[in-house]
Amino acid sequence: MQFLQLVISGIAQGCIYGLIALGFVLIYKATETVNFAQGDLMMLGGFFGLSCMVVLGMPFWVAFLATLAVAMLFGMLMERALLRPLLGQPAFTVVMLTIGIGYLARGMVTMIPGWGTETHTLPVPYKDEVLRVVIGSGDPLILSTEHMVIIAVTAFLIAILFLFFRYTKLGIAMQATSQNQLAAFYMGIPVRRINMLVWGISAAVSACAGLLLAPITFVHVNMGYIGLKAFPAAVVGGFGSIPGALVGGLIIGIVESLAGFYLPEGFKDIAAYILVLVMLVILPNGLFGDKMRKKV
Amino acid sequence: MRFIFKTRYEQDLVLFKHGGQKFWYAVLVAALLLAPLLFSEYFISQLVFIWIYSVVGLGLMLLVGYTGQVSLGHAAFLAMGAYTEAYLQARGWPFLLSLSSAAIVSGVTGIVVGLPALRVKGIYLSIATLSFGFIVEEAVTRADSITGGNTGITLGNLEIFGWAVDSEAAFYYVSLVVLILCILGVMNLMRSPTGRAFVAIRDSEISAQSMGIHLARYKTIAFALSAALTGVAGALYAHKLRFISPEQFTIVQSIELLIMIVIGGLGSIYGAIFGAAFWILAQQLIVTAKDWLPPEIGQQTGLQPTIFGIFLVAFVLFEPLGIYGLWLKVRTFLEIFPFYRKGMFKRQKSYMKSERLK
Repeated sequence: MQFLQLVISGIAQGCIYGLIALGFVLIYKATETVNFAQGDLMMLGGFFGLSCMVVLGMPFWVAFLATLAVAMLFGMLMERALLRPLLGQPAFTVVMLTIGIGYLARGMVTMIPGWGTETHTLPVPYKDEVLRVVIGSGDPLILSTEHMVIIAVTAFLIAILFLFFRYTKLGIAMQATSQNQLAAFYMGIPVRRINMLVWGISAAVSACAGLLLAPITFVHVNMGYIGLKAFPAAVVGGFGSIPGALVGGLIIGIVESLAGFYLPEGFKDIAAYILVLVMLVILPNGLFGDKMRKKV
Repeated sequence: MRFIFKTRYEQDLVLFKHGGQKFWYAVLVAALLLAPLLFSEYFISQLVFIWIYSVVGLGLMLLVGYTGQVSLGHAAFLAMGAYTEAYLQARGWPFLLSLSSAAIVSGVTGIVVGLPALRVKGIYLSIATLSFGFIVEEAVTRADSITGGNTGITLGNLEIFGWAVDSEAAFYYVSLVVLILCILGVMNLMRSPTGRAFVAIRDSEISAQSMGIHLARYKTIAFALSAALTGVAGALYAHKLRFISPEQFTIVQSIELLIMIVIGGLGSIYGAIFGAAFWILAQQLIVTAKDWLPPEIGQQTGLQPTIFGIFLVAFVLFEPLGIYGLWLKVRTFLEIFPFYRKGMFKRQKSYMKSERLK
């Protein structure tokens, strides 16, 4: 029972990693840009949600949707203003830019009145409730609602994204762009606008992760560092594979949760990083990644 | 404007391109040697920080600016150097021996971390170094029998061949000498076949490979040398601060080191030094400016990251060669005075090259 309990809380945490990794892989697939500010987008999402609920007094679900919309706009604006001028520059330039954006975001957030360096509680309606599930004759399984909400919302979001990429014209255009930008451009797909939208969706997904995580870790500036664990998730899943990002996130979440319980103190925080180093040695292309060769 | 008429291949290799350079560098070195006699102790202490950060910058420049690999965990190598130095000094090793041990320990760790990551392309090294950075941070905190854990560790006085380095000025000379040796080392490396191979890898891995450069081997050499230089800087850093603890070597520190050299200017030795100078001097300016800024802005902890973040984003967008690039423009403008044209340093745009073609 203990084990199951740990696995479930690991899955919940893993969903968060998976969502951030998903946002990150979306951008990577579409634009071949590695976005090191993904965790900070998540942090901003948490703060947007906080402002919507506390300052503007919106009810939770309205605030949730409003946050997603604001985050999406923010992502698109960021792409348009900062990343598009660098189109065609070496990958390193863009990596440095996203690192800079993340660094800047962490600095700026502390300067905004009402956000600052303190830890805030997001007043969600489902806080501190637990569900008791009795399986067979053993002890009841105690599940916190926060974890259940994370898992349910993640599943829902993934289903929507799946349908979007599979059945809508826009989704298929995004797939085409991610496979071959030039060919997509020749087929009349507005590649630049698609890239902008991809940044928007990715920012919205991260903001969603931020809102889901907020009841557990609270909202604070250094929330973004949790997003760094999305990199191990993406590598484990195979860089550039969307289902891989989720599975990788779940694996990282579960490993972390079990390491926190069964291994000595201190291993919980670095379990994900040890796992990724091991993964690079034995299976550098990840679970779902395909081997790419480069042409001149 | 000076035209260098090259008649021999060796002229491409010489360290100083012309007599004027020799003269001005000699003047600079003389001025730096005299500095402790002229300036206040506080100023000298800031200069020492610049020298130390320049050594880190050089190490990182070798990897990022010359070989084109991104490391997000260089604070870990700084920590390795600092703790090795602290540990060995406490056991009575002489400075030169412990300094080189710090370099060797960092370098060897660099090889161990880099090997798996360097076999695969690009971004994996950043992720591996990021992971390594977190692991070292945690290990340093936990291994308190060696590192003193969260309470940190204090270093004793530095002594070189019986000469006690107990004043700020004395340590200034030590770090200056180390920096100059490091600069000369990197300059010489960059004109050797190994250094040329690094640059070839940065510019195009595929063409480098076709020219017979063993990618994994040269990337590993670059990574190890970079880590070793950072280790040297770490040892100096430990002596400068006299107290080291895990929170000085976090991921934030790694990111800041990277930001430092990008602001300074990638791909040149000047860049590493300009970056370090900018980093230290700007911090001082911000601290000074805090007093006369309105307290709503001045007292914010986020002020410094915000300003550095804006600088970084602006440099990446508008001046990819950083401060060195600005200096290059000003110098060219003066040298060819009335003939400077607007498009002389125009950024080359290329079509996006996909790395995913099968």
